[in-house]
Amino acid sequence: MLSDKMNKYRHLDWILILCYLLLICIGWMNIYSSVYSEGSKFVFDFSKKYGMQIIWIVTSIIIAILITFVISSKLYRALSPLLYVFAIILLFSVIFLGRDINGSHSWFVLGPVSFQPAEISKLTTSLFLAYVMSKYDFNLKKIRNTLTVMLILLLPMLLMVMEKETGSALVYLGFTFMLYREGMSGWFLSFGMLAIMLFVITLKFSPLPAIILLFAIFMIIDGLFGRNLIERILEATPVIILLSFLPGIAGLKTFHFLKAIKPEYIAVIIVMITAVFLAIRNSKRRLEYTRGLLIGFVCAILLIFSVDFIFDKILQPHQRARIENLLGITEDLQGSGYNVNQSKIAIGSGGFWGKGYLKGTQTKYNFVPEQSTDFIFCTIGEEWGFAGSFMVIAIYLIMILRIIGQSEKQESSFTRIYGYCTASVFAMHVFINLGMTMGIMPVIGIPLPFISYGGSSMWSFTILLFIFIRLELSEWEY
Amino acid sequence: MTKKNIITAGILIAGAILTVKLFLLQVVDRQYKITAENNAYKYITIYPARGIIYDRNGKILVDNKNYYDIMITPMEVSAFDTTDFCRIFSLDIKDVRRRLASYRKHKRIIGFRTLQFLKHVPVETYNVFAEQSYRFPGFGAVMRSTREYPFNAGANLFGYISEADSAFLANHPSYRMGDYMGATGLENAYEKYLKGEKGYNIYVRDVHNRIKSRLENGEYDKSAIPGRNLSISIDGDLQQYGEELMKNKVGSIVAIEPSTGEILAIISSPGIDINELADISKYYNKIINDPYKPMFNRAIMSEYPPGSVFKAVNGLIGLQDSVITPASEFSCHGGFHYGNRKLGCHIHKSPLDFRNAIKMSCNTYFCNVMVAIMNNKKYKNIDERFDHWRKMVMSFGFGKRLGSDLPSELGGNVPSSSYYDKLYGKNRWNVYNIISLSIGQGELGITPLHMANLAAIIANRGYYYVPHIIRNSPDSTDRRKFEIRHYTAIGSSHFKPLIDGMYMAVNSPPGTGGTAGLARVDSLNICGKTGTAQNPHGKDNSVFICFAPEDNPKIAVAVYIENAGFGGTWAAPVASLIIEKYLKGKTGRPYIEKYVMDADLKQNVHVKEK
Repeated sequence: MLSDKMNKYRHLDWILILCYLLLICIGWMNIYSSVYSEGSKFVFDFSKKYGMQIIWIVTSIIIAILITFVISSKLYRALSPLLYVFAIILLFSVIFLGRDINGSHSWFVLGPVSFQPAEISKLTTSLFLAYVMSKYDFNLKKIRNTLTVMLILLLPMLLMVMEKETGSALVYLGFTFMLYREGMSGWFLSFGMLAIMLFVITLKFSPLPAIILLFAIFMIIDGLFGRNLIERILEATPVIILLSFLPGIAGLKTFHFLKAIKPEYIAVIIVMITAVFLAIRNSKRRLEYTRGLLIGFVCAILLIFSVDFIFDKILQPHQRARIENLLGITEDLQGSGYNVNQSKIAIGSGGFWGKGYLKGTQTKYNFVPEQSTDFIFCTIGEEWGFAGSFMVIAIYLIMILRIIGQSEKQESSFTRIYGYCTASVFAMHVFINLGMTMGIMPVIGIPLPFISYGGSSMWSFTILLFIFIRLELSEWEY
Repeated sequence: MTKKNIITAGILIAGAILTVKLFLLQVVDRQYKITAENNAYKYITIYPARGIIYDRNGKILVDNKNYYDIMITPMEVSAFDTTDFCRIFSLDIKDVRRRLASYRKHKRIIGFRTLQFLKHVPVETYNVFAEQSYRFPGFGAVMRSTREYPFNAGANLFGYISEADSAFLANHPSYRMGDYMGATGLENAYEKYLKGEKGYNIYVRDVHNRIKSRLENGEYDKSAIPGRNLSISIDGDLQQYGEELMKNKVGSIVAIEPSTGEILAIISSPGIDINELADISKYYNKIINDPYKPMFNRAIMSEYPPGSVFKAVNGLIGLQDSVITPASEFSCHGGFHYGNRKLGCHIHKSPLDFRNAIKMSCNTYFCNVMVAIMNNKKYKNIDERFDHWRKMVMSFGFGKRLGSDLPSELGGNVPSSSYYDKLYGKNRWNVYNIISLSIGQGELGITPLHMANLAAIIANRGYYYVPHIIRNSPDSTDRRKFEIRHYTAIGSSHFKPLIDGMYMAVNSPPGTGGTAGLARVDSLNICGKTGTAQNPHGKDNSVFICFAPEDNPKIAVAVYIENAGFGGTWAAPVASLIIEKYLKGKTGRPYIEKYVMDADLKQNVHVKEK
């Protein structure tokens, strides 16, 4: 019996554990570097962040060992509803009891320790989703089941938005990937991306290019189902003409000669003529399909025209400023664009090989704010250059893809769903955080898993990962 | 393709996007390495020397003098001996402490930037500082230059330079806070040539924030390009002499070379003292509050009634329209009578022909000329006749900006028939309502530059070049603009009798009625026309236009002195001295010179005290 029990540990996921250890080491080294200055060099100086991070790392490893070797894997499934409810209560009560830190009202402060219920909630939501969706008769095609899943996701998201912790709420969008894997139609995902694209284009240029692009995309979709070559060519021609007008309409200088003939008007005429043509033709056949397209088209048009409303009325001023900065609509390098500009300079100045460990100049003296937490990647970029930064990205990719790969191999759908949740959370954190430091995402203050300084994020990511590692092992328990 | 593979592909694509962006940022795009905001680099600006301005004889009019700006990089400042520092620069220690505290407070906003701490430190003070600068970490100096004026003249013409203000900075992205720009005069008009281009040296800091070396041995440095030198048409000696003559007088002198349109001297009095120009901010309040408005460039901005010098224009129009001939005579008995009114004239013999009317400046004669012009049967009503007259007048450049390269030149005013239509009603006015225009009074507004241009037109017998200052403009369209001959509507043959009259006005023996005997200089053959323009505030304005020599003229001059009295009494001798000085290089009439220089005509001028 004992040998059986020990036997399963031969299947311990060393690849994930290695990624984990590499990342926490990289994280600590760079926290040390970003805080480093002459004078204090003592590693266990607990008044400094690198000293404190050692405590978080050691406690995290203890937690990881406990999860892997001590706590029964059956406990998670059994406790998941309770944990979810517990996290919701915490999220709710922090609205009243929490403290403002960095503009968000989402922190509990207990003496020297402060922690964010939002961090725990990612874990409990993952577990609870896995619990609900792995039930025998669960099927995403059933409306009731879909609504349940929506509720589980939206409740914590809503609470986080109320805490002004929008960044963490955005991470929840990542769960769509898991839902897609578990049977949700790919059209939802595509439409979501289309919505983001249209939002950005409308904001950056004007509704007109967005509408034209939208129309072109729908015609391509429609054209893919066209029956013969002539039909396809007939539909492709206006699409090509429309797309070639886009830069001119958007005010870019690419096709300067088009300025004179007012491409907007020609484009609108083409859109109208083709729309009439398509409407007549499609009304005769493929009625069902046409209806779907039409609904999508109308929704998208509504979205395009509500962009200004969403942008001006729903978003907070600082969020607006960040998005405007990202899209280059405004340039305010001293104000809202300061962080990102400094961050890009820091990363950019690293070059291919970097300036060398502890030799960065940009990331010293607090030029990059949040240097050891949200903007820790600047230090890596500056001191380790492209080589080191790419290595970090690669480790994350290996970790995420490994989790997905292992999830697929699981017999238990609970483990698989939980695995996908984990991968989604890591993916969202990594891509949003790195995208932000490089200026391809708006500034959303969420930590880089295992690297950013901070106790509650360190603990919750460790627990998130090691529960998966432990669940993987349960396959080998007979 | 399974859903797992699609998700995997999605994650790989996202990873690829991050990697490509990372590669662009770190390897491809140099922008983030060589940027002024990059805290690892310290940019030291090198300021270019501003262009020098030379006069027509190659003498320097506007030069540069070096001084230093003391700069501070607050990030690099550590404890230093504040008392010593203050002693070197004679500063108030409290003030310095307060400023240092404010830098500390705004540490994050300032970052590694270097800011200006002191301005205009003379070279001697800088040398003391430089010896001890190691004691003041974080402080440095940048050499800059200020203007210096070897001639004691031309302040209003040259204009001053000042630090670019925020409105200017907003419109001119190449300028930075603390840069200088030409604010007025030529400094302003030719700013783009004079300013040159700033350069910089880039230094690299190490991790301890110490300056280590030049970035890649200065490969990315940019050297400053000095401003272009300007050569202008002004004669420095003449300008200075003119300003001396105009001391204690309010008015202008403009001298033009008729064969080119080049301005030889342009004086507005009282003007800005050139000794105050380089550091004008210090004197700005004083200058602004001076009741005589020294900033106001009368030569190009004051719109005066020209007085009798305008008789030359009306005479020429009369001759051109053939409503009179040079032999036409009009008799004058103390003035021109119309209705029950009279426009007075001084006592002279009667009747006079055209030449003598110019010589003696007979009002009655030119009233009659005006009547003749306005009764011309060629045109059917007063509106048409008047507009014809106006067109002729404006062909002399009056009533519009001449288009010189002097900034803020004004156009003056020549009223149109619609103005009188509005005033009196259509067809309800006639020549007698406007009779004062015939002797240069009434609604006419003419600048001294216009008057000098009129003198040049007469000297050229019928055409002018746009008066200008620049001689070697780098801009060829500018150069071409000043090479065009502008013909007036008067045939050149009509100038002969006018010039004869003007010659007689100056050169007739005393007691024969010439109005400008004081302007006579032996062998120079000066031809001139006096003017005495009514000034509603006190004494008449004294006006004189002239040119010399009679044949192949070299200089045309207009002098306008406010509230001085007869044109022949003040303006004429001043103009003759200018001509004498220019053509002979010296003046041979010390009594006239003394008479002019000692005169204080400023006191006649009515000013509003502030």
